[in-house]
Amino acid sequence: MILKGRVWKFGDNINTDLIIPARYLNTTDPKELARHIMEDVKPYFYKNIMPGDIIVAGKNFGCGSSREHAPIAIKASGIQAVIAVSFARIFYRNAFNIGLPIFESSGIWEGINEGDDVEIHTDKGIIKDLTKKTEFMASPIPPFMEELISSGGLMEWVKNKLKVTN
Amino acid sequence: MTITEKILANHTGKKEVHPGELINARVDLILANDITAPIAINEFKKAGGRKVFDKERIALIPDHFAPNKDIASAEQCKILREFSKEQELKLYFEVGRMGIEHALLPEQGIVLPGDLVIGADSHTCTYGGLGAFSTGVGSTDVAAAMITGESWFKVPESMKFICRGKLKKWVGGKDLILHTIGDIGVDGALYRSMEFTGDVIERLPMHGRLTICNMAIEAGGKSGIIAPDNITENYIKNRAGRPYKFYSSDKDAKYMEVKEYDCSKIEPLVACPHLPSNVRPATELFEITIDQVVIGSCTNGRIEDLREAALVLKSRKVHPYVRTIVIPATQDVYRQALEEGLIEIFLNAEASISTPTCGPCLGGYMGVLAKGERAIATTNRNFVGRMGHPESEVYLSNPAVAAASAVLGRIGVPEELGL
Repeated sequence: MILKGRVWKFGDNINTDLIIPARYLNTTDPKELARHIMEDVKPYFYKNIMPGDIIVAGKNFGCGSSREHAPIAIKASGIQAVIAVSFARIFYRNAFNIGLPIFESSGIWEGINEGDDVEIHTDKGIIKDLTKKTEFMASPIPPFMEELISSGGLMEWVKNKLKVTN
Repeated sequence: MTITEKILANHTGKKEVHPGELINARVDLILANDITAPIAINEFKKAGGRKVFDKERIALIPDHFAPNKDIASAEQCKILREFSKEQELKLYFEVGRMGIEHALLPEQGIVLPGDLVIGADSHTCTYGGLGAFSTGVGSTDVAAAMITGESWFKVPESMKFICRGKLKKWVGGKDLILHTIGDIGVDGALYRSMEFTGDVIERLPMHGRLTICNMAIEAGGKSGIIAPDNITENYIKNRAGRPYKFYSSDKDAKYMEVKEYDCSKIEPLVACPHLPSNVRPATELFEITIDQVVIGSCTNGRIEDLREAALVLKSRKVHPYVRTIVIPATQDVYRQALEEGLIEIFLNAEASISTPTCGPCLGGYMGVLAKGERAIATTNRNFVGRMGHPESEVYLSNPAVAAASAVLGRIGVPEELGL
């Protein structure tokens, strides 16, 4: 699969309080959550997102709280994928569980500018900067995570597993 | 094997597990709160879940925005209540019995040494203080585990922290973990288990151990853990309602990194905005004026924490332009504080006292900051906007430093008050 989109850049340690501030967690409505995505770090970000845009961030993206509202808000905002140098572990797990495509790539943060158009070739693990005509490698997705993706997320995987054992 | 590997192996029915290995493990306890449970319950139903795997092993605790801070929060808490009724959950805690989850579950003997616990709350790692493997997950993971009683894990690599020396006065678990996070950074233990050992830890009381493991997540850790011993046994023996097991690391256990700290040198520490790793000695921050003090949370809301704050606040008054909010973490802590006269000390000091809630720690309610305001808090995160306005600031400290700062109106230490 190829994911193509325009880049929004963020720095290191973007925590889940920045992705979706806790003051909005009295709802679980994805659309309502999306309206407040990143507002403390990039005011009005939501209004400027075009469907299919891609976030590129530094180290430890999604650190802090376990709130699944963070990947849910990102997905509902129209962002189609997140590429980061590294992800905090609960966010990493949550993203796969809810079906938000994420990719780790070590050299990407320095190499890509905000506004660049990129293509993610998910099967080959290649990220192409179409604006600069450069390429980056994404870390391979662990086989179990691929199994989760191909099942359609954790809950589908669990349902399939229950069917097999029954 | 390490203590972490042994607990994971035991819950997988294997003799051994190794770092990097993917396992499906049996969980002893699953928890979620009023923020995370509604999504988990929705996923549970969407997947066709009819009955939870075990109604005695799922704890639903409305503590974040409860007592209900607004109508939307009331609706979320209602989802927990109705699901708990429908599923006849034994571990639903209504307001009045509720406490902050990570203080409540150890106190009530619901989490025990050797357990494997997952919770839809990142500070689930707290129970490592009891010698349990516990880790934060998302709501969907909780939904899946409520059906199957299992969860998948990648066996983490372990980092060992050896803490030696004699702690200075007013230095405790909070300072030890802030020192550690300051040393390795907010992603210094990413995906790893953090094992705390050494003579300082062996002498550290249970509340300090829980505080240390509580903040393992602030270094990116998957879990924090301390081998159980006599202190653990004394804490747990009158609380446990089911059998438990002590595990310890083998002498030849493998660690990907070992850190040794001379803790005699550690002073009371403060994590400055906006990262828990931005740590400085409190004595270097006397110019920082404050508007609010919060003493409470899953990190430092236990009775020992309130005693420490009361020692400092006794016969003193909170600074005229500072509001001080003391939040006993559970009803039992509240009752004990009342019986010991601590509540009276706080009232006489002109601090306000709240019912148990996470409230201000995450900028929910019960002490939200205005633009440009500063708080010193015994909580665990000082991210941008964590306690309110995106242009407010949070400084993290132990209860004694927070209480001294409340009196002084700026960051300060108890010694300045002649203590």
